[in-house]
Amino acid sequence: MSDIPITPDLLEESARAADRSRWQEWIATVDHKKIGTLYLITTLAFFCVGGVEALLIRIQLAWPGNTFLGPDAYNQIFTMHGTTMVFLVVVPLLLGLANYLTPLMIGARDMALPRLNAFSFWVFLFGGILLYFSFVAGHAPSAGWFSYAPLSEKGYSTRNGLDYWALALLGIGVGTISTAINLIVTIINLRTEGLTIRRLPLFVWMVFVNSFLIIAALPALNASLVMLLIDRQLHAHFFTQLGGGSPILWQHFFWSFGHPEVYIMVLPAFGIISEVIPVFSRKPIFGYGFVAASTVAIALLSLGVWAHHMFAVGLGHAWEYAFGASSLLIAVPTGVKIFNWIATMWGGSIRFTTSMLFAIAFLLTFTIGGLSGVTFATVPIDWQVTDTYYVVAHMHYVLFGGTLFGVMAGVYYWFPKMSGRMLSERWGKVHFWLMFIGFHMTFFVQHFLGLDGMPRRVYTYPNRPGWGVMNMISTIGAFVIGISVLVLLANIQISRRSGALAGDNPWNAWTLEWATSSPPPEHNFDMAPPVRGPRPLWDLAHPQGGRT
Amino acid sequence: MRRFDTAKLAVAVFIGSEAVFFGFLIAAYLYYSGAIHGPTARSSLDPARTLIFTICLIASSGTLWIAERHLAAARHTAFRAWLAATTLLGAVFLAGQAMEYVGLIAKTITPERNLFGATFFTLTGFHGLHVLCGVIALAILLVLTFRPGFGTREGSGVAAVAMYWHFVDAVWIVIFSLVYLAV
Repeated sequence: MSDIPITPDLLEESARAADRSRWQEWIATVDHKKIGTLYLITTLAFFCVGGVEALLIRIQLAWPGNTFLGPDAYNQIFTMHGTTMVFLVVVPLLLGLANYLTPLMIGARDMALPRLNAFSFWVFLFGGILLYFSFVAGHAPSAGWFSYAPLSEKGYSTRNGLDYWALALLGIGVGTISTAINLIVTIINLRTEGLTIRRLPLFVWMVFVNSFLIIAALPALNASLVMLLIDRQLHAHFFTQLGGGSPILWQHFFWSFGHPEVYIMVLPAFGIISEVIPVFSRKPIFGYGFVAASTVAIALLSLGVWAHHMFAVGLGHAWEYAFGASSLLIAVPTGVKIFNWIATMWGGSIRFTTSMLFAIAFLLTFTIGGLSGVTFATVPIDWQVTDTYYVVAHMHYVLFGGTLFGVMAGVYYWFPKMSGRMLSERWGKVHFWLMFIGFHMTFFVQHFLGLDGMPRRVYTYPNRPGWGVMNMISTIGAFVIGISVLVLLANIQISRRSGALAGDNPWNAWTLEWATSSPPPEHNFDMAPPVRGPRPLWDLAHPQGGRT
Repeated sequence: MRRFDTAKLAVAVFIGSEAVFFGFLIAAYLYYSGAIHGPTARSSLDPARTLIFTICLIASSGTLWIAERHLAAARHTAFRAWLAATTLLGAVFLAGQAMEYVGLIAKTITPERNLFGATFFTLTGFHGLHVLCGVIALAILLVLTFRPGFGTREGSGVAAVAMYWHFVDAVWIVIFSLVYLAV
C-alpha cells in the first residue's frame, strides 16, 4: 500500500526487537523475510539430507548384486528420499521463496497474517523432525512416498514408521494449507496502489494460482492420511480388502492430491523462470496474458488427470481413454509457456549469468521431462514402462531438471536482494556445469534402463547386458551432482560474507522488490513506488515511455 | 482498489479447504455405503433422536445471526446473551453426539467392526471435532465480551467465527441428509 510510512508504534517495535537476543529474534519472528529465510535454510538442510539418501541409493545400485544396503534399509532410504524431497524440500522451498518475495513484489509491508505465517513454518519444521524421528524410534517408513495400500497397512508394515509418516505429513499439510491461505489473502488485499491483477509480476501470478491449487488438493491428502491412521491405529478397513475395504480407493484419493501436487511443485518455478528470462533477455515477457492464463488452465486440468497414475490398475478402457486424453491436454498450456519463454529470448540481448544459464537449462530439461510425460499418457506405453526406471527418469527430469533448476535460477537471481551481496559468478558457473552434466549423467541413462525393464524400488538387479555400465554412469553422475551442491554451499557461505556488494538493483530488473535496499529493511518500503504497468521500475526510469 | 476484510477472506479460503476435506470423507462414506456387511446406518442409527440435536445446531446458526445483528447495532448485552445461547446450543449438539457414540460403542459398533463403523465415526467424528473447535472459538468470544471496550475492533473477528460456524452447520445438514435420512 502507498500509505506504508514508518508509524510510531513500528519504531517502538524495532527498538524492542533490538533488545532480544538473536535466537529469540528468529524463533519469535513474524517477519515474512525472516520466516522466508528460515524456510530456505531448513529446506536446504533437508535437501542435503535427501541428497545423501539419494547417494546411498546410488551406491547400492552402482553395480549388480551390491550388498551395501540390505533390502529393508534400501526401502526405508528410498521412501525417505522421496518423502523428504517432495514434502520437506520442493514444496516448502517454493513456499519459502513465495513468502520472502510476494510482499516485496507487491509493495506490501508483510504478509496479511504474520502470526499464521510463523505457525505455518514451525508446524512444517516439527513435521519434518517428526518424520525423521522415525529413524530413532526404530524404523523409518518404507512403503514409498505414495505409501500404497495394503503395503502401508498394519498387516504389512507392522513397525510404526508409517504412523510417523502419516502424522508428519498431516502436520506439514496443515502448514502448507495455512501458507496458501495467507498468500491468497496477501495477494488479494495488500497489493500497492496501481498494481492491478493484469500488472502482477508473473511469479506472484503463479504463486497465487498455486495457492488455490494447494487449497483444492492438500485436503485430499489430509483426508487420506487420517483414514490410513484410523486403519492402522483403530483397526478399521478403509484400504484393506479384509472387511471389504479397497486399496484402489487409496490410489484414487492419494493421486487426486498427488497429481495436483506435481503442479504445486512446478508452478512457482514457472514463475521464477518468467521473472528471470525477461530480465536477462532485456525484453518484456512475450505474451504476458498467455503465460498467466495458461497457468490457470494447467491448475484446472491438473485436478482431472489423477488416474493416469493408475493405468496399471485396470480401470477399464473408457476411464483410461478419458484420463489419457485429459493428461495429453495439459501439454497444450505447458507448451504455450515454453513458446512464450523462447519467444521472450528471441532477439533479446541475452546476458548469460548463472541465473540465466539455469533458466535455459530448465527449458531444455523440463521439455524433455514433459515429452516423456506425454508418452505416459499413452496408455499402452504406460503399461510397458510403469514402475520402471523410465518413471524415475521422467519424474526427475520434471522435478530436478525442472523445478530445482528453476529454483537455482531464482537463488542466483534473488540472493543479492536477500543478503545484500552477489553470489560469485565464477563459482556459480562451476556449480551450473557440474550440476547440469551430473544431472543428465544420472538420469538420462535411466530412460534406457526403464525401457529395458529395470524395475524401480528394488534394492539390486541382475547383470543384464548394459545394466551395470548404465547404473555406474548414473551413480557417478549422482556424485557429480553432490559435488555441485558442495560448490553451491561454499559459494553461499563465502559470498554472504565477502561477495561484491549488490546495491538495490544489480540486474537492472523491473519489479518492486528491486526498489528497496538489499537486504530490505524490516518494513520493506519507506514508500512503494507508484505502479503504472507490469514493469514499475522500468516505467520509473523512462517517464516519457518508449520501447525496451 | 477494493480490499476485503482480512479475517473474513482468510476464513473463506480456509472454508474452501475444509469443504474439500469433508468432500473426501463423504466420498469414502458413500463409496462403501452400498456394500456393508454387519451393522449399517439403517440398523444402528436413531434419526429421530439425532434430528432433535440437528435442530439445536441449525438453531445455533440462527441465534448467532441474531447476535451479530445486535452487535452491529451496538447492543452489547443482547449480543452477549445470543452468543451464549449459540455456544450452549453447540455444546448440546456435542453432548447428543457423545451420547450417540456411547450407545453405539456399547453395541460394539466401532471403527474396527465394519466399514459402516469406520466411515461413520470418521465422518461424524471429524465433524464433531469441528463443532468442538467452533464452540471453543465462541466461548473465547464470549469471554472477550466482558473486556472493557469490546465491540469496537472485534467486528471482523466475530464475523469470521460466524462464517466458520455456519459452514460447520451446513456440513452437518449434508451429513445428516446422507447418513441418517437417505438410508
